[in-house]
Amino acid sequence: MRERPPVTGARILRITLLLAAICGAVFVVSLCLGPARISVFRGVRDLFFSGEPGLHPSGSPETAILFSIRFPRVLFAGLVGASLSLAGAAFQTLLRNPLADPYILGVSGGSAAGAIIAISLGLAALPFGVPLFAFLGAVLTVTLVFSIGKTDSNILLLAGVIVNAFFSAVILFFLAMSRSADLHSMTFWLMGDLGLASPREILLVSGTLAAGFGILYFHARALNLLATGEPTALHLGIAVERTKGLVFLAGSLVTAVAVAFSGIIGFVGLIIPHMIRMLFGADHRLLFPASALFGGAYLMAADTVARILVSSTELPVGVVTALCGAPYFIYLLRRKGGF
Amino acid sequence: MLELDRVGFRYREDWVLREIGFSIERGDFLGILGPNGSGKTTLLRLIDGVLSPGEGRVLLHGRDMAGMKRRDIARVMAVVPQDQPLVFSFSVREIVLMGRSPHLGNLAFESARDLEIARTAMEETETASLAERNFNELSGGERQRVLIARALAQEPSLLLLDESTAFLDLRHQVAFMSLLRFLNREKGLTILAVTHDINLAALFCGKILLLKEGRIHALGPPKEVITETGIREVYRVRAAVDRHPGTGAPRVTVMPDMETSVPKER
Repeated sequence: MRERPPVTGARILRITLLLAAICGAVFVVSLCLGPARISVFRGVRDLFFSGEPGLHPSGSPETAILFSIRFPRVLFAGLVGASLSLAGAAFQTLLRNPLADPYILGVSGGSAAGAIIAISLGLAALPFGVPLFAFLGAVLTVTLVFSIGKTDSNILLLAGVIVNAFFSAVILFFLAMSRSADLHSMTFWLMGDLGLASPREILLVSGTLAAGFGILYFHARALNLLATGEPTALHLGIAVERTKGLVFLAGSLVTAVAVAFSGIIGFVGLIIPHMIRMLFGADHRLLFPASALFGGAYLMAADTVARILVSSTELPVGVVTALCGAPYFIYLLRRKGGF
Repeated sequence: MLELDRVGFRYREDWVLREIGFSIERGDFLGILGPNGSGKTTLLRLIDGVLSPGEGRVLLHGRDMAGMKRRDIARVMAVVPQDQPLVFSFSVREIVLMGRSPHLGNLAFESARDLEIARTAMEETETASLAERNFNELSGGERQRVLIARALAQEPSLLLLDESTAFLDLRHQVAFMSLLRFLNREKGLTILAVTHDINLAALFCGKILLLKEGRIHALGPPKEVITETGIREVYRVRAAVDRHPGTGAPRVTVMPDMETSVPKER
């Protein structure tokens, strides 16, 4: 029997295409589901045969809903899900802790606090004002949490919890001080709201996702070695500190931009990489693309559930992901034998 | 091949190692012995570059390691670490293929030649039958052999070992050391092993370096270094040293002397 490496370009391509197909299917189904009933057939037909996508003044109301409301929303859900999953996979490896996730580590909270501060100070008008502050919040959190917990991964998770509590207080402070009438929408945003994205923001999130993915994928094999321990990575020729720095930066950037426009959506970065590892192994050359695609599909599906679960209103998608994610976290905790 | 030039290292104000100067040549099999806290592990960390010396230089093929890229070091020097379970599960083949990393570009996949090298490394360490198994599910002895296979896949000329026999049973200890001797003699691999096991080192190593309180106490062939005086001075226990009945290597037997081996209660 000819020996083959566990991960080859062909295998990555095969699995990536499979997951991309799943992603595409979820995308189309999500487009068709919602409070206003648009049939799957009609949805697909409109998507492919109604000319250029976008608002059709002459088109039917269904088509208008499809292209001006659902299309950007579902696309955005996919991008945010991919971003959070990618960041989760990167953080888990760097910390050698399968329980790490942008939400649990407090990175999402830090980004949200940064974003809220920027909005409260009226910096939202500046170009990149909100995402920049979200990024600063993310980097601050990463630095803080990792310097507290660098010796012990359990302490690290506790540090994440504490930093999260602190940033929640910061967020609540600014919410309480805010005289703005749209307190409801702010609260909604904090629990994850995918309905706010403008085309410009969608573009920004795709851009950072692409850049973050590029940086992470370039270090994929180095991260395989880092996953087995830092001294080992060093012995096998990896410039450990530089690699860690770049991966932290990429993970924080991707998280921050996603959080700045979608709010706090927890546990996606925890569940998805874990499932992908169970299915396809821990090699990052496969883990990164597979997590991004599967995470995208997962959040599109979760957001669709959030839109249609309660008929009279929409739920924040963060509620759905937390309802699924928290039990999964406990399952992982118990599987690892607890603290 | 490797030269330490008056190397010293300190944690804050305390010198852990001082004036360590020695060199090893191609084909050497050096054992580093010494009691707990004598600086064995620190010395190994200075040689493998995890720590940087506070004074002096470590030279690899005449080049100061401080100025070398990790990748270039990894093509010459491989380290077999102490066995630790992994957080994420990798197969044995994946672990061994990681040894090819210093020879691969960032985005490159392992070639047929890399697979061939990994397979040879697994055959030499008798781990080929474990290739598809999960590394974490192996026994301690199997894991240690896989870690050697990974180091061999690096195609190094210098192999460092950190207490590799510490948790192995008698049979695996002997098998492990015999494998090292085979690699040393037949493959010309230079080996530097930190160990606690004086008798095993005396039996297999060509040279012994005895550390005491951060300084070199003695360096030479086992017969010259492992003596009753040497053991007493370095380990502070009374020991009888006679000859191994099979090989004539020095053999240490500890004497249960209450006066010296157990501190008196005050």
